[in-house]
Amino acid sequence: MTAPHPVSLQVNGERIEAYVLPRTNLADFLRDHLKLTGTHVGCEHGVCGACTIRVNGEIVRSCLMLAVQVDGASVETIEGLSDSGEISDLQEAFRARNALQCGYCTPAMLISAQDLLKREAEPDRERIREHLSGNYCRCTGYQAIVDAVEATAKARKDRDKGREP
Amino acid sequence: MNKPENKTLSELDRPNSYIGKTVPRPNLDRLLQGRGVYVSDLELPRMAHVVYVRSPHAHAKIISVDTQAAKKKPGVVAVVTGEALADVITPWVGVLSHMKGLKSAPQRAIAIDRACWQGEAVAAVVASSRAAAEDAAELVAVQYEELEPVTDMRTALESATPVIHTSLGDNLAFERTFEVGSADAGFADADEIAKTEFIFGRHTGVTLEPRAVVADWNAAEARLTIYQGTQAPHMVQNIAALHLGLREAQVRVVCKDVGGSFGIKVHIYADEMATYALSKLLKRPVKYVADRVESFNTDIHARDHRCKGRVGVKRDGTITAFEIDDLTGIGPYSMYPRTSAIEANQVVNLVGGPYVTPNYRARARVVFQNKNVMCQYRAVGHPIACSVTEGLVDLAAAKIGMDPVEIRRRNLIADDAYPCTSPAGLRFELLSHHASLDKLLKMMNYDGLRAEQANLRKKNIHRGIGIASFIEVTNPSAAFYGVGGAKISSQDGVAVRLDAQGAVVCQTSITEQGQGSESLTAQIVGSVLGVSMEKVRVILGDTDQTPYGGGTWASRGAGIGGEAALQAAKILRKNILDVAAAILQSTPAELDIANNAVVNAGDGTPRIELHELARIVYFRPDTLPPGIQPELMATRHFVPRQYPFAFTNGVQASWLEVDIDTGFVKLLKHWVVEDCGVVINPQLVDEQIRGGVVQGLGAALFEKCIYDERGQLTNANMADYLVPMSGEMPDIDIGHVVSPTSESELGAKGAGEAGTAGAAAAVANAVNDSLKPFGAVITEIPLTPQVILTALKRI
Repeated sequence: MTAPHPVSLQVNGERIEAYVLPRTNLADFLRDHLKLTGTHVGCEHGVCGACTIRVNGEIVRSCLMLAVQVDGASVETIEGLSDSGEISDLQEAFRARNALQCGYCTPAMLISAQDLLKREAEPDRERIREHLSGNYCRCTGYQAIVDAVEATAKARKDRDKGREP
Repeated sequence: MNKPENKTLSELDRPNSYIGKTVPRPNLDRLLQGRGVYVSDLELPRMAHVVYVRSPHAHAKIISVDTQAAKKKPGVVAVVTGEALADVITPWVGVLSHMKGLKSAPQRAIAIDRACWQGEAVAAVVASSRAAAEDAAELVAVQYEELEPVTDMRTALESATPVIHTSLGDNLAFERTFEVGSADAGFADADEIAKTEFIFGRHTGVTLEPRAVVADWNAAEARLTIYQGTQAPHMVQNIAALHLGLREAQVRVVCKDVGGSFGIKVHIYADEMATYALSKLLKRPVKYVADRVESFNTDIHARDHRCKGRVGVKRDGTITAFEIDDLTGIGPYSMYPRTSAIEANQVVNLVGGPYVTPNYRARARVVFQNKNVMCQYRAVGHPIACSVTEGLVDLAAAKIGMDPVEIRRRNLIADDAYPCTSPAGLRFELLSHHASLDKLLKMMNYDGLRAEQANLRKKNIHRGIGIASFIEVTNPSAAFYGVGGAKISSQDGVAVRLDAQGAVVCQTSITEQGQGSESLTAQIVGSVLGVSMEKVRVILGDTDQTPYGGGTWASRGAGIGGEAALQAAKILRKNILDVAAAILQSTPAELDIANNAVVNAGDGTPRIELHELARIVYFRPDTLPPGIQPELMATRHFVPRQYPFAFTNGVQASWLEVDIDTGFVKLLKHWVVEDCGVVINPQLVDEQIRGGVVQGLGAALFEKCIYDERGQLTNANMADYLVPMSGEMPDIDIGHVVSPTSESELGAKGAGEAGTAGAAAAVANAVNDSLKPFGAVITEIPLTPQVILTALKRI
């Protein structure tokens, strides 16, 4: 059970083949093996949310998953979401509203916020606050983050309206 | 309240000035894309990882440390005991000479004979990976003989209690007594006296990135490079050199992105010292990243005060006297190098600070215990002093049946009374308590809220309003640490240069942990030079690359580092205009710089682009008139000299609802009016305040390090130690009054602690306001459901 185990997966659209120890968690695999250091580790027990990533489209805490569990899966991290442009408007809203200070919680916060925005077109502030409650931020006090997510939701809605025939 | 009018526009008031404008911080994309570089991300060739074996006991004799089995584990580089490491690094004592009587015992990087708190390192395991080091650490066999722990600060000084460090004689680290006027006469003069004991839970900063350091001793260069998320790189350089027997020139400290600091990362921890020493011992890079359990057990804790307070008041609302007796337990050692007596000292200094208080008596005692070390965390002493003062003021108001706002109006120092000196001897240059309170009441619609509160009472809904005025220490001079012998600089330096393409490179000694140091520096330099902000590159956090200075802590970055930037940019601007005048056959007085070009001062007509000027200076100096030697780089330093501290002031209000059946508090809204002088970037100031408020709200409602009687920290993880989450935090409205300091041309004071200073006091007062019909008064934080239900006699 302690021998390295082969895994094959997609990470940000790139095919990865690797041998991992069964005990290696996904956050460590991404950071230490693949050097995707945008995934941050805050508590290593699934509370702070700083290691949030996407696995097969769902947000997960990568410190609570083992690397061997993602064999055959599609993993997306902040690096991938940034390069694809999927969250560029959300990132711009965070920038304009100063919805980050030290930036340590930010990649995961963006991924959690995008998860909400993909599910709900018009979340109100309370709904945003609720959805982001699994992502700790010690710097901002959250209000700027809620503002940025709310502004992005509104802008996306207006944009989609504009596209209607 | 306005800045004295100048005859001409200053550099900061020019049409394209960035001062007072909300502009996004530069280089945020790096953090937004996960492409920042935190110390925990760093990897160096041959880098090894260290894991510390830590004492499971609060107080224990170390009988033996058997490292044999651990050393045999694959991947292990070394297993090092305190004794072995003592050959490389000397112990330290956390005292300052101006804190009279403060004593502490020598502390070692790794404990040798005795562990004095649960979590103190007793051995280090260095291996090829953190996992390998953790595996081997389990094989280090330490034999302990448990000693009786000193845990309760209330009995720490009793003769039956063991003395933690026998060489010190007792467990008293520091005591300060103070009296001005006559407290006895003040109380004799009072119509009513209110007294109570305030209890503050021990809590900690919980930076989302744990403390992390990579130390890289290059034996061939005889030089140590320390990569560390620190607020004070030059302080780390000095201390590391001192204890490793090196010259400062042999130590470079590099500080890149920092995942939260809040004062947690302004100290020097034993495990960080040990990591520097291990690198020197092993001649290779060594990385230490605390895990979350270690963070809770070793990051400094703060607050943990019990403060008895008394206030005398006349029937007309005049406060006649304040008296406090404060007790705090700081763990087994005074922290190094800032010491652990500062918070209690601040409490003595700050109690009663916003008020005209002719009679004030205070005592503060700081005692040792076998718990984790305590030291300066955001708003050092302020939340204690503010909660005590504002709690007492509310109690006094209740005694005489006066509205909490009215009693404050009658006692706050008048806005036209400045400059003046507080009872504790603090010198105030210019504050604005009344203007701030007026603005706050308007913002919150105080009368409307009172009416709403009364209406809801009839429906058995219990809401409360809490008000808290406060003062804040910012822009500290050498009075804070330098006079006590600590080599912690209170001055900062900035170097500015025009590069060969007309862009600006700026090196500053202040540091960035997300507050906006980089932004405010670029805003000031861009404004003074007439250069757009995106052309200003700011370099910070590297002792090899920046001028010498203090860093970012105690709300000093903008006020001190910002002024240095302003003065440096002014010199460079003059130098540029001198060269331009020579090139253009004009005079400097006829020229100005705007929009990245030298222009006619009179009509703004562009004369020469800065990049063209730079091209001539750097590549065709032969075409300049004889005798001209351009200096396109300038350096200036700044430190406040007239006032030891630039005090700011403000007032906060909380509106909340208490569920009297469950004891849960729902925060509905929070307001802050703050006066930090000239505001450089309104959005960044507001976000500093909001973040600070939420840390104060955490202390008010959730955060507490819970120790048992054996000195075991029982909630050292994020699931059991609660911090504010987005779902339970309110929106926070912020207003400003502007009273600039005339100590600097910039006029900026600090804003980093204001939010934390008054938030808990406002919440506690609001909870008590909501509980008024039940006759319950609570003077303890955090205000957990248990505390509230106990006060309501429901449990």
